[in-house]
Amino acid sequence: MKIVLQNLTKRYPNRNKKIKEDVIAVNNFNFEIPDGKLIGLLGPSGCGKSTTLNMICGLEKPSDGKIFFGDDDVTDLPPENRGVGMVFQSYALYPHLTVLQNIMFPMENLKGKDKMTKEAMRARAEEAARMVQIDQLLERKPSELSGGQQQRVAIARALVKVPRVLLLDEPLSNLDARLRLQTREEIKRIQRETGVTTVFVTHDQEEAMSISDLIVVMEAGVVQQIAKPQIVYEDPINLFVAKFLGTPPINVFEGEVRGGIVYIGEDAGIKAEPDSSWKDGAPDAAPGVALQDGPVTIGIRPEGFDPEKDGELRCGLTAVEVMGRDTSIVATNAHAANGSIRTIVSTEELAEVSGETVNFRIKPARIYLFDHETGTRVRCTFKPLH
Amino acid sequence: MDKNNSKAWLYLLPAMIFLGVFMIYPLFDVMIYSVEEGYNSASQTYFGIGPYNYNYVLRDPYFLQALKNTFILVVITVPLSTGIALLISVGLNSIVKLRDFFQTVFFLPYVTNTLAVGLVFMILFKKTPYSDGFANLLITAVGGTAVDFIDGPYWAKMFVMCFYTVWVVLPFKILILTSALASVNPDYYKAARVDGTSRLRIFTRITLPMISPMIFYLVITGFIGAFKAYSDVVAIFGTDLNAAGMNTIVGYVYDMLYGDSGGYPSFAAAAALILFAIVLTITCINLLISKKNTHYA
Amino acid sequence: MHQNTDFSAIEKQAQRNERIRKVLTYVLLTFWAIIVLFPFYWMILTSVKSYSAYNSEYIPKLYTLSPTLQNYLDAFTAVSLGRYFLNTLIFTVVTTALMMVVTVFAAFAFARLKFKGKDLLFTLFLSLMMIPNELVIITNFVTITNAGLRNSYMGLILPSVTSVFYIYLLKENFEQIPEELYKAAKVDGTSDFKYLWKVMLPICQPTMVTIAILKVIECWNSYVWPRLITDDEAYFLVSNGIQEIRENGFGRENIPAMMAAVVVISIPLIVLFIIFHKKIMAGVSRGGTKG
Repeated sequence: MKIVLQNLTKRYPNRNKKIKEDVIAVNNFNFEIPDGKLIGLLGPSGCGKSTTLNMICGLEKPSDGKIFFGDDDVTDLPPENRGVGMVFQSYALYPHLTVLQNIMFPMENLKGKDKMTKEAMRARAEEAARMVQIDQLLERKPSELSGGQQQRVAIARALVKVPRVLLLDEPLSNLDARLRLQTREEIKRIQRETGVTTVFVTHDQEEAMSISDLIVVMEAGVVQQIAKPQIVYEDPINLFVAKFLGTPPINVFEGEVRGGIVYIGEDAGIKAEPDSSWKDGAPDAAPGVALQDGPVTIGIRPEGFDPEKDGELRCGLTAVEVMGRDTSIVATNAHAANGSIRTIVSTEELAEVSGETVNFRIKPARIYLFDHETGTRVRCTFKPLH
Repeated sequence: MDKNNSKAWLYLLPAMIFLGVFMIYPLFDVMIYSVEEGYNSASQTYFGIGPYNYNYVLRDPYFLQALKNTFILVVITVPLSTGIALLISVGLNSIVKLRDFFQTVFFLPYVTNTLAVGLVFMILFKKTPYSDGFANLLITAVGGTAVDFIDGPYWAKMFVMCFYTVWVVLPFKILILTSALASVNPDYYKAARVDGTSRLRIFTRITLPMISPMIFYLVITGFIGAFKAYSDVVAIFGTDLNAAGMNTIVGYVYDMLYGDSGGYPSFAAAAALILFAIVLTITCINLLISKKNTHYA
Repeated sequence: MHQNTDFSAIEKQAQRNERIRKVLTYVLLTFWAIIVLFPFYWMILTSVKSYSAYNSEYIPKLYTLSPTLQNYLDAFTAVSLGRYFLNTLIFTVVTTALMMVVTVFAAFAFARLKFKGKDLLFTLFLSLMMIPNELVIITNFVTITNAGLRNSYMGLILPSVTSVFYIYLLKENFEQIPEELYKAAKVDGTSDFKYLWKVMLPICQPTMVTIAILKVIECWNSYVWPRLITDDEAYFLVSNGIQEIRENGFGRENIPAMMAAVVVISIPLIVLFIIFHKKIMAGVSRGGTKG
């Protein structure tokens, strides 16, 4: 079942009653979620991702816009008539009911011609339980289960109605680090096996990157970028997306363009050419137009630095942190956004680094230019000067 | 460490003295009183030890009347007040506008003087030669005949007593149930809505089990409170409850102790212990039932 | 598409039901609010009706066009309402103050100090909560009578001081203060008493206020014990005063004057409630019970 969001907008009256202007939680969201895919809604808290999920679910009504499941307009339908399954952040398992009773609960609500016999319900519940591998826990109460098991029960309860759409609100946030890894694989597997179109909400970029087919990055109610996880990381559409994805985060510098060369400070220059090959997507990209002289914001991913004696970026060395496979070099640079940068280099390259200063050669493929004012991506290909 | 030890006892000393003199000693003393036969409070002498006081009390028609009154009061007001409180709390929880206002108004009887408002109730329900009173005004308006609720038939007096008791105990119950309802995680309701659960089913299958510990708590405290009814009854019917035929067990205890019929601390002690035994038994039964029926402690 | 129209009908029906439910809810709540407020209205209304006007109304009127304050004058002159008021004030203030001191010390000992037999003693303390007042009041009556303290403030106050429940409440609150604070204070050489006074009490101030307010309400409304222990009008509290007024004061039928007295004694607590209603309700929902 594909989901179409058309100009979806949600406004709330301002909590501060003196301000007449509404708070816009979701602003003009347009997106067609392809059938059978796993979509991650990613963004910082308060960005409108949960509101979007609630509107798809039917728990909240959009102020404007429409929602289609396939060809059906479901905008005005209450949740129970939409055929959605929802897993809540707190799981919302009824504490007084056993696992089996919890899973059977949605089916017991069916009325009229959909009414099921006890045996049929039980069979379906057991099937759902097997799917999420909790079929040996059916007689337990939720309080006797671990967090991961509770999560599975919640998923089974959402799946048992054979929903057209499965929605998950922060599905992993209540689990500890080890369980999180395991459970996200599990969600991926269940989604693959059932083939149900699934939307989940998260503020954790790693979570979104690891299991989504498509990531929707949101900020302040506005969709920033919709793309495959790797694209979102490698080809961010603006400074926000670039900063939000990646650990350690991207290093941001204030620089300048002079005669087609991008400078960080006076010394570190790198030749930039507008990328005319790039065509689809971002509306602000202007292929073929020469780079304007003037200030520019530069983002360099932590893995975009090679420590080299005659590297063009000169920094003061703060610390070298060995973290197993990789090593992180923390250095200072006057032009970096907060005065310091963090890089990741492979441990072999370390020999070069000692003393008070460290110089880096910048890998052209890891540099991103952004408009100094708007943060919009300025697409370029880079070549080293030397 | 030793110094700390003695200092701790010093901090506890005031509480221990007060509790020792006015709670622990009386607890044992009352048991002794209850078995001292023919105790005379003036000379502080007694004839012997035995169950005579209990026998006397259990055969005293005033006590039996008080027992009957108390039981009727308990049986009517505990379920009624809990039910009404539940209804009102559910209503309160479902609204947004004026919610604080209603909540505050409903709590008002908790802070008012039982005796003072009881007097108002008496006036509202009383029928005098000069006036039928407000309650009868309403009754005659809908075509009934006026009744004297204060000096009239037993059922009418019982009605006022139950009505006032419910009025007095409701604030506490509404408050407890409203906060119990508010503390249910809204995700449960959202989940139920997504599953298309009907309102009635949400209430019986989710809300009620979730707040059942609080309901049982209210039933238990309600039983205890109703068995100890006294001042609200005095407020309506005056201090001479035996004459009004509306005495309660606690009223009987005080009457035995003091006042025109007083001076018999032994009978009072026996009656008080009988009351304690009844309350204890019913509380234990309640606890057993609630253990079976509440789903999580 | 056929399906969609079907759904919109369902939606409309649901909206209609929702509106009906809302109206019913407000009707129910308003109805009960009237039942709660009506006695107060009646009490004020009657208190400003003149004696003759009240007695001439065979069918009671729901309003009055000629309010008078004469009844309030009568209430203070014909019976010793001022005296009852003062007695209650003294009783309430002294009892609450004593209770606070005793409670704070005991709660502190249980919460912070280490001594032998603490757990056993605390369990015994808690079990005292089960003892009904009706049981111990008999002996207390005899004790106070034998001590010659009938008709005295001492006799009224002393047995009303302790409350196991408030000790328990405050102890729980004290224990929420991190142990580190106590250790830090000890390292700095702070005495136990200074720590209690300067650190614990300020932190637990909200609970202290709650306990004090609840005790004030309890004292202001107490009836049974004062009735047993006082028969001299000079020591009556307001509750006994009301009962006395009802049975002997004003002449039995001067109901407007009685109502004026009732209004006067109800006002302090209602004012207290209006100021502190959030605190009072929060405190009571944490485990207070009436009586």
